[in-house]
Amino acid sequence: MDIGWYLAVSALIFAIGAAGVLTKRNPLVLLLCIELMLNAGNLALLAFARMHGDMDGQIFALIVMVVAACEVTIGLGLIVALYRRRLPIDVDELRELQG
Amino acid sequence: MSEVVFFMAGIGAIAGALGVVTLSNPFYAVLSLIGHLISLAALFLLLQAEFLAAAQVVVYAGAVMVLYIFVVSYIGGQDEPLYSTASSLRGLAILFAGLLAVELMIATLGSGLQAIDSRGAPYDADFGTPGEIGEMLLTRFLLAFELASFLLLVAAVGAVILARRRRGLPELESGAPAVRAPGMEFATPHGPRVGTMAETAGILPQGEDEVPGPAGPPWRRRSESDEPPAAGEKGW
Repeated sequence: MDIGWYLAVSALIFAIGAAGVLTKRNPLVLLLCIELMLNAGNLALLAFARMHGDMDGQIFALIVMVVAACEVTIGLGLIVALYRRRLPIDVDELRELQG
Repeated sequence: MSEVVFFMAGIGAIAGALGVVTLSNPFYAVLSLIGHLISLAALFLLLQAEFLAAAQVVVYAGAVMVLYIFVVSYIGGQDEPLYSTASSLRGLAILFAGLLAVELMIATLGSGLQAIDSRGAPYDADFGTPGEIGEMLLTRFLLAFELASFLLLVAAVGAVILARRRRGLPELESGAPAVRAPGMEFATPHGPRVGTMAETAGILPQGEDEVPGPAGPPWRRRSESDEPPAAGEKGW
């Protein structure tokens, strides 16, 4: 397949993830949509790495996966902390940050 | 052959992504994301990223998604509230996402790179194998590798600190809601001590064996006092 097809799929997935981030209200699903966007970026990185025959893009994608795992860990920790404090699990209700 | 695999995996990936966005139950959204990740791993294989495809399936679809499922089952998969408010904003968001897709297509496909319309660089059997990746990680990208491991360590410690039980909040432990505001009653879906280790081990204090919910749900257990009226008393 031509590299352009992979880039098109990547752009579609990124847009779907962005739509999810903009419309969803549950922070868990919001994290899932951020995962979608990161994976779309990974797909584009790998497509370009294949296009140039250079493996630096693959290392970049690997580091993106590490960062995504960290983001998930911290995000889920925040959600569990919200639940422990019995705050609403809804990003529209959580407008202000205070200790 | 690769076209067939590409279209199957691509359609699977896009369908999984749409499932994440459209399904209202977070649990099903996580399952849909797992399907999306596995389809994406097939695309990675087509792009000769063998190590990354394996890592995608094992680490992402395996470990990280299990973490998600644990948290979803811990906080209870609350369905997304219906979009009664701000539906115009929602339409605007979908319009924005469509524009973003168009813009990304223009930015990548219209970039004028000659190789976009080709299959890429000539085939190299060593491209993307674990051995090559490991060699690059330990030579040219050693700093990035070490920083990534340090980042993982910091994230693990941070998650433990965030999710620990705090001692300075005694009223929270006794089950009183922290927020008393109209419209926020759904913040306490369970009664006190539900989900704690004390309940699991069956060592609840005296008189708390039956943990009451915050308000009587419509499916509450029927007791003897509210038996349905005998047939003949009422018209039905």
